[in-house]
Amino acid sequence: MKTNRKTIPMPMRYLINTVLIVLFVLASTLFVNSDAVSGYFTKILMVIGINIILAISLNIATGYLGQLPLGHAGFMAVGAYTGGIFLKAVDAAKATGGTYYLYIAAALVLSGIVAGIFGILIGVPALRLKGDYLAIITLGFGEIIRVVLTNIDSVLGFDLTYGASGLKRIPKITTFFNVMLCVVLSCVVIHMVMKSRHGRAILSIRENEIAAESCGIRTTYYKVMAFTMSAFFAGVAGCLYAGYLGSLQPSSFGFMKSIEILVMVVLGGMGSMLGSILSATVLTALPEALRAFSDYRMVVYSLVLVLMMIFKPTGLLGQYDFSLSRILEKLMNPKKSTGKKEGASHE
Amino acid sequence: MAFLSTLFSQVINGLQSGSIYALVALGYSMVYGIIMLLNFAHGDIIMVGAYVVWISTANFGFHPIVSILLAVVVSTVLGVVIEKVAYAPLRSSPRLSLLITAIGISFLLENGFQLIFGAGAKVVPDFLTGPSVHLGSATISFSAIVTIVVTVLMMAGLTFLVQKTKLGKAMRAVSEDMGAAQLMGINLNTTISFTFAMGSALAGVASVLYLSSYGQASPTMVSMLGLKAFVAAVLGGIGSLPGAMLGGFVIGMAEALVSAAGLSVWKDGVVFAILIIVLLVKPTGLMGKPMTEKV
Repeated sequence: MKTNRKTIPMPMRYLINTVLIVLFVLASTLFVNSDAVSGYFTKILMVIGINIILAISLNIATGYLGQLPLGHAGFMAVGAYTGGIFLKAVDAAKATGGTYYLYIAAALVLSGIVAGIFGILIGVPALRLKGDYLAIITLGFGEIIRVVLTNIDSVLGFDLTYGASGLKRIPKITTFFNVMLCVVLSCVVIHMVMKSRHGRAILSIRENEIAAESCGIRTTYYKVMAFTMSAFFAGVAGCLYAGYLGSLQPSSFGFMKSIEILVMVVLGGMGSMLGSILSATVLTALPEALRAFSDYRMVVYSLVLVLMMIFKPTGLLGQYDFSLSRILEKLMNPKKSTGKKEGASHE
Repeated sequence: MAFLSTLFSQVINGLQSGSIYALVALGYSMVYGIIMLLNFAHGDIIMVGAYVVWISTANFGFHPIVSILLAVVVSTVLGVVIEKVAYAPLRSSPRLSLLITAIGISFLLENGFQLIFGAGAKVVPDFLTGPSVHLGSATISFSAIVTIVVTVLMMAGLTFLVQKTKLGKAMRAVSEDMGAAQLMGINLNTTISFTFAMGSALAGVASVLYLSSYGQASPTMVSMLGLKAFVAAVLGGIGSLPGAMLGGFVIGMAEALVSAAGLSVWKDGVVFAILIIVLLVKPTGLMGKPMTEKV
């Protein structure tokens, strides 16, 4: 069927997007590093960035794959401890110039990979189960990771995680630019994977697993893949968190943390990356803005969760995602746009 | 002999905490059996029950019997209210939404109570006192005896209720096939509310028993207890009542034995490891019915 719609050719789209993303990263870094922004504000922006990575990584497993893992903080903990131990071991604070950045990059990638390996280890057995059981088993794994981090030193007899007193004096490598770059890279990678053949396979599993399997999609493979990807980015976020805070305690990666991340995903709309980003931003910035009411934060969180499920179970944005090309094309085709809807809503 | 008496007292400890796990696990199991919901808020009902006991004994100076009755009544009402307000509107929505709602309610209760009463633990004065029993060099405390006896009585009562009464029959019918039960003239809402009421009443009893041995109420006191009771329900086969009882005792004993071996810091880890092994080897639990999936 031939239509008269004007469209933007693919290479052009890539070019526009790349230029805009690079401009965005550079402009925001310049803006933050200028004197106009206070150190306190920069710190909040960094936390927002870390939370965005956590939310979009959980969104892979919850929104795109349609499962409900309750142990996401466990992967974050694995990444944070890997990154922290690595940065301490190579003494990244003393390195200079290129080596310094090499160490940071290595720490981030290493954290992601180790968390990803845990993702595979946990995902292979856990994803054999469905629905509630998957939620329970990931919850169990998350708790076990926390218990192991707390107690492993006393068993093995050397200083690795420093148990309940926490891993301290981690070089503070996290800067706004690092976080920004990681956020953008994670978004781009996740977006590209989800647009690819693999991404569509993952979505098909969410829609109907049995139908997907009967169409020849290797469901186990794709489930583990999505789960591992989710763990990988959680690990990266964990490493940034370690480098931001400078000290780690196992108790901060409990069930509560997993739920906090889940709230961000559910509020924004499961399956919408834009939703995750927005709600992570709002839910991090709002308690800071309303310091006086910080006691009420968790109460509000839980109320929001319940009310959201009752009145708008798809989240604020549902599965809507932002697409620049779609807007541009709409502007290029100013006519009766009621009849034709291009593709499904999540495209 | 010293070893044997330590072992014996640990076994009693295990039976005591296992009884509490079993009572809570029954609530999880009953609700799951009837509406396929993991009721995460169930553990927090115990916390509410404990606070009721604290308020009525420490603040108003009520007689222990009155505060125990109050705790059970408040827990029961709370369970039914939660079902009506949060779960009933979602009965036809995806199970993920229900599960998230349950988690939300659980957090709401925990944080709401933290906001009202503060994060610190409230000490509840001893309200169940009596003679302890000496067996050789080992001592069995009064609260342990009460806990175990009450649990066994409760289980017998529940089994009678589910097997012999009309409402119990309705419950079993609904959990077998909700649609068919409705067509046979069973009132779905009444049956589901009744299930929640019974599960929550058991949680109320569990809260009293918990206080009789630990004597403290705090907003987060049950987050671990709830999770472990939940593990017990899964271990026994979620949806199966005898399974929940068995699972509770197994988890309690496992914890006690790990502590007896001097590894008490790994207690939580062992419980969750048991859960994972059970889920991998036999996902339906020890006594659960296998489920077949229809296309």
